[in-house]
Amino acid sequence: MIKVEHLAKRYADVYAVNDISFEVHQGEIVGLLGPNGAGKTTTMRILTCYMPATSGSANVAGYDVFRESINVRKQIGYLPENVPLYPEMRVREYLLFRAKLKKLPSRERKSKIDECIEKCSITEVQNQIIGTLSKGYRQRVGLADTLVHDPKILILDEPTIGLDPNQIRQVRQLIKELGAKHTILLSTHILPEVEMLCERVIIINKGKIVAMDTPTNLAIQLRAGNNLVLEVRGNGEKIKNALTNIKSVKKVVWQDKGEISNFTVEAEKGADVREDVFSNIVKNNGIIREMKQASITLEEIFHQITMREQEVTT
Amino acid sequence: MTSTGTIFQRELNAYFLSPIAYVVIAVFMVFSGYFFSVMLGLTQETTLRYSLAYTQFILSILTPVITMRLMAEENKTGTIEPLMTAPVTDFEVVFGKFLAAWALYNVMIAPTTFYIAFLAWVGNPDYGAIIASYIGLILMGGLFVSIGLLVSAVTKNQIVAAVIGIVALLILLVIGLASAGNEGWLYSTLKYIGTYDHWETFTKGIVDTRDVVYYVSFTALLLFIVVRIVESRRWR
Ligand SMILES: Nc1ncnc2c1ncn2[C@@H]1O[C@H](COP(=O)(O)OP(=O)(O)OP(=O)(O)O)[C@@H](O)[C@H]1O
Ligand SMILES: [Mg+2]
Repeated sequence: MIKVEHLAKRYADVYAVNDISFEVHQGEIVGLLGPNGAGKTTTMRILTCYMPATSGSANVAGYDVFRESINVRKQIGYLPENVPLYPEMRVREYLLFRAKLKKLPSRERKSKIDECIEKCSITEVQNQIIGTLSKGYRQRVGLADTLVHDPKILILDEPTIGLDPNQIRQVRQLIKELGAKHTILLSTHILPEVEMLCERVIIINKGKIVAMDTPTNLAIQLRAGNNLVLEVRGNGEKIKNALTNIKSVKKVVWQDKGEISNFTVEAEKGADVREDVFSNIVKNNGIIREMKQASITLEEIFHQITMREQEVTT
Repeated sequence: MTSTGTIFQRELNAYFLSPIAYVVIAVFMVFSGYFFSVMLGLTQETTLRYSLAYTQFILSILTPVITMRLMAEENKTGTIEPLMTAPVTDFEVVFGKFLAAWALYNVMIAPTTFYIAFLAWVGNPDYGAIIASYIGLILMGGLFVSIGLLVSAVTKNQIVAAVIGIVALLILLVIGLASAGNEGWLYSTLKYIGTYDHWETFTKGIVDTRDVVYYVSFTALLLFIVVRIVESRRWR
């Protein structure tokens, strides 16, 4: 449904998005995950034809975003970041305006708007002026707008940002329900959201894709690339060198706290280095106070992946 | 073009949901009424010619107030994003907004037709000149609105849009006035660019194609530029 190839977007002299490629298949809910400034909004703006890419191509529902932009726009429901709405309009009036703008045939408008209002639970505010709505309701009006022309694809930019925990739960539930009928690409920097909603995650950082998989696979992948966390008493320098020399240890991070050192030992995928680590430390007269295998939540994956990128680039 | 109608309707509603429409209509009525009574008293002629000559000044100030929000507000609040990601063309949006502001302009000047009734009651006005004046006034409105819309499209700040718009329209008025009665290629160019000379012809009761062409083509050119500016977010 969405196919992005070598997409790049440059602002003045910085790349907001740099050579990203991915696909979203029909019926999937895919999360675009990344820290602030990663390029999530930029990617979505390109996909929704708000602005063109500097290079690369994007195809949405079989249409090219640049050459067939009107057709693309008919197929997507887009919820921009912060949900801009006209404050002076009433909810229902706004949805009617949007339905007309999206070329919904006039005989279908009323029933479709009723349906969206019902689905997004905004029945009680449908005649209220948008400027007086709470953030949670605004968000839902925005969602109702994305649905009003029954698009195949929903593109939601941080759909739960700024909501209270209760509202977050409700909006997530709604998105989950929508996933049954629509293909969804959503962006967020909240991990539990992705774990809860998405079948696939695309992690981007500084305009580049750093990982792309199912939430579970990502966790397995990273766990397979074993991380051991150690607390050792002894000569940190010597021990670090010994650990680094172990075959299939990729990286050792040493935090020197004087007498006691903390190590994070990263081994190659699938390799079990626990025994080697133990014997090497003992050989160097170290005393192991703690050794544990780091089990990784998506939160940490995210942190790690984005951190790793920074280490590489800085 | 169907979306033009949708945009037009929303914009016009927005005007009457905010104080802007009522304020500009009220201010215009006060000033035009004042000019009308003063000019009628001074000249004792049953014509709108002199009072309308002064209204160009007040229209130069009020039209940018009408147009200031058209694009600037969308740019500022970000509503431009859902708007432009709906299946509408940039031209449909720009033209719908233009028509809405132009419609409000015409609503604003409509109460002056009451003065015609008054003139008919006290004397024998030249209806041809009056009709021509209104054609001129409406065409001039299209030009003023497109200038205001252009300014509104390049900023996020409505006040800035209004101020620049007013300055631009006053410059157009002044270069027309200053070159009136002067000879030479420079003056005649300025006279052509300025709005005053063209409009004066209308108030004399003459609908000259050259003046119509001036207003219509200038307006069309400006709208074309506005569409380009709206498109320019694509390569900025
Ligand atoms: N109009 C613009 N002009 C210049 N730079 C921009 C513009 N818009 C975005 N950028 C830059 O592009 C980069 C990516 O921005 P983008 O908004 O796509 O990030 P994001 O992932 O959506 O972040 P957030 O989580 O904060 O919403 C940022 O470094 C940002 O400063
Ligand atoms: Mg963003």
